[in-house]
Amino acid sequence: MTVRKRMHLAAHFPGVNSTTVWTDPRSKSQIDFASFEHLARTAERGLFDFFFLAEGLRLREHKGRVHDLDVVGRPESITVLNALAAVTERLGLAATVNATFNEPYELARRLATLDHLSGGRAAWNVVTSSDAFTGENFRRGGFLDRADRYARAAEFVATARELWDSWTPEGVARPFAHQGQHFDIAGEFGLPRSPQGQPVVIQAGDSDEGREFAAATADVVFTRHGTLDAGREFYADVKGRLATYGRAPEDLKIMPGVTVVLGDTAADAVGRAAEICRRQVSPQNALLALEQIWGVDLSSYDPDGPLPDIDPEPEPALAQGRVRVADPLAVAEKWRALSRAKGLSIRQTVIEASGRHSFVGTPETVAAGLDEFVTAGAADGFILVPQLTPGGLDEFVDRVVPLLQERGAFRTEYTGTTLRSHLGLPDPIWKG
Amino acid sequence: MTAPHGRGLLHLAAALDQQAAFDAASYVGPAQLAERGGLDFVTLGDTFARPGPDALAVLSRVAPATRRIGLVPTVTTTHTEPFHVQAAVATLDWVSRGRAGWQLDVSTTEGEARLFGRRHAAPADALWREAGEIAEVAARLWDSWEDDAEIRDEATGRFIDRDKLHHVDFRGATFFVKGPSIVPRPPQGHPVRVVDATEGPARRVAARYADVALVRVVGPAQARAVRAELRDAAAEFGRNPDTLRVLGSLVVDLGDGERAAEPGHGGGGPRQSAQGPLYRGGPVDLAELIAAWHASEAVDGFHLTPVEPRRDLERLVNGTVALLQHRGLFRTFYPGSTLREHLGLARPANQYAVTGGAS
Repeated sequence: MTVRKRMHLAAHFPGVNSTTVWTDPRSKSQIDFASFEHLARTAERGLFDFFFLAEGLRLREHKGRVHDLDVVGRPESITVLNALAAVTERLGLAATVNATFNEPYELARRLATLDHLSGGRAAWNVVTSSDAFTGENFRRGGFLDRADRYARAAEFVATARELWDSWTPEGVARPFAHQGQHFDIAGEFGLPRSPQGQPVVIQAGDSDEGREFAAATADVVFTRHGTLDAGREFYADVKGRLATYGRAPEDLKIMPGVTVVLGDTAADAVGRAAEICRRQVSPQNALLALEQIWGVDLSSYDPDGPLPDIDPEPEPALAQGRVRVADPLAVAEKWRALSRAKGLSIRQTVIEASGRHSFVGTPETVAAGLDEFVTAGAADGFILVPQLTPGGLDEFVDRVVPLLQERGAFRTEYTGTTLRSHLGLPDPIWKG
Repeated sequence: MTAPHGRGLLHLAAALDQQAAFDAASYVGPAQLAERGGLDFVTLGDTFARPGPDALAVLSRVAPATRRIGLVPTVTTTHTEPFHVQAAVATLDWVSRGRAGWQLDVSTTEGEARLFGRRHAAPADALWREAGEIAEVAARLWDSWEDDAEIRDEATGRFIDRDKLHHVDFRGATFFVKGPSIVPRPPQGHPVRVVDATEGPARRVAARYADVALVRVVGPAQARAVRAELRDAAAEFGRNPDTLRVLGSLVVDLGDGERAAEPGHGGGGPRQSAQGPLYRGGPVDLAELIAAWHASEAVDGFHLTPVEPRRDLERLVNGTVALLQHRGLFRTFYPGSTLREHLGLARPANQYAVTGGAS
């Protein structure tokens, strides 16, 4: 009899994008500390591994103006997590922080501080997405091309690890010096080695460079959720890259971001899922989604009418601060075909094409579905992305977590105090 | 020329600085003790030049463990990103529900510059000019969201009214920031800005931007002169000088109980030391000194740094502050909930808001 593989769970604070439903009467502030406290306490009540905050460094713009249809405005992540450390005891605390618009000494110090103040619960989600648009808020400004972004991020993480390891385990500060392509720094780090030795490193991104970066560097991969087969393929690919770096498969946890909609019956859940989609894709948001593909002003179109018959601009520049649509012509053709085949309006088409929930069903079927992904080798766990602030996890924790525990698929208590212990990651070896 | 206003309320603050303390408990307990004494705020210094945790992080960890006391970390403006710093300070204001401050400082040493490898050390006056620009851009970014920008208007599908969000387009000598901030306007509008105005280059920044200026002086005459100078300079910048609080900054060694002060100390007043003006004496004599300097309008209050953090803070709160409260010279409870309210400072108007003709 083999030991049952247990999954890891994380809670993503509802995002600053159209996934988060703000028109629901239960939707509360995305900025008050009470909302963060509620979600973090809920996650800890559910024995989650960690709580996750995304980052934005420039408000998204559309047609040269701040995008106004989605939730917008958020606090600075590390500062919120330090406060959450005061109201939680075991929950890991993960901050997304950009490697392009920070410097290793300062960020390594802030993350080490979080690890000290939380008793070993800090994690850093390294992102590199950056462009000249975001750079306009920073001294550095400018743009790094894709390869340079990853090169800088890799050197950034390596440098941070040198700093985290620079004091001896006995607590004696020793000078460091790092000279590389992106950083040339020297001196003495400000903190002793932190409770986890080094904070947990998370990497988000599915590209080939991202996968290699994760295999070389990360403890957790935050990936996109897709079909079971796609998940298994990704999982095998990334885990297969670890040996090159002298790492074992269990040294890196793969955690897709998922959305869950629960109902008392399957039909109830499907109905609730449709309602959430309807709220996520307002008539205005449907037109906006179209404009991002077509690249032209479509405000005169009726969201309840047919799709435009004009072709998209090949180089759309309407939207700033968003991921670009790779091939607008192909997407437009796909959406038109979808609209024709099912007789859908603009809004219905956008809902059909983009409104996807990962797991929809009764608590039993959702628990079984999550478990299947883990036992079939498509994930080590999940980062749950609720649609509602701050109560979006309540039902999952109350109804699904107990079922996962009954199946032996999830922990029934925290056995350690650090995030590394929750994730079953080895303590980093001090490299001196 | 502005005459000092009549004697205002006494304001008291204490430093939480400790050597080699990296855990939360080392700071939470003392902050709670200071809060029991009704102090306006606690400070925590920060420099890249010496070991220590990130001060703003420590005070955000302290925030949920306290309810009323103001929280003022030092954050340098020299090697940091203005956009990140203002966002972190605004966030401290959100997590503390309106109790955040920020002591601006600069990093002048080559050693600190080498930790970043981005620029060389620069003279203090250039760095303080930059600090002034960062104080300015921070206020603009805090104002870049009007208070009522979030509308959640289901009929039009709009979460915000984007006419109430503003690009700041600020160009300083060394940086540019487009804006708006990612953080909505914090509860206090502008978290409280604190500047140590003892040295020349910092004094202009204090006069122009600080809500609280700290001055390290040994005597009331000197304090009165600096306070008058700061108030005059504030008025020249178009400010109402009554929006600036000037606190005398003393290192305090409350020693072993109520032993008699050394000659020239205690009742005789502080004297210069390597750590700055040092008061050494009993808690009762310190209360006398505080009352006397405040009564003569030399200062609006004091910022006190204990020599022995645990011992001296306890004596300060249970001895000095208790006596001042007993004499009716210091608050016994917090009538307000924000740091601005403790300091008697109004919540600032938003510089971008259209006021409908009123100016």
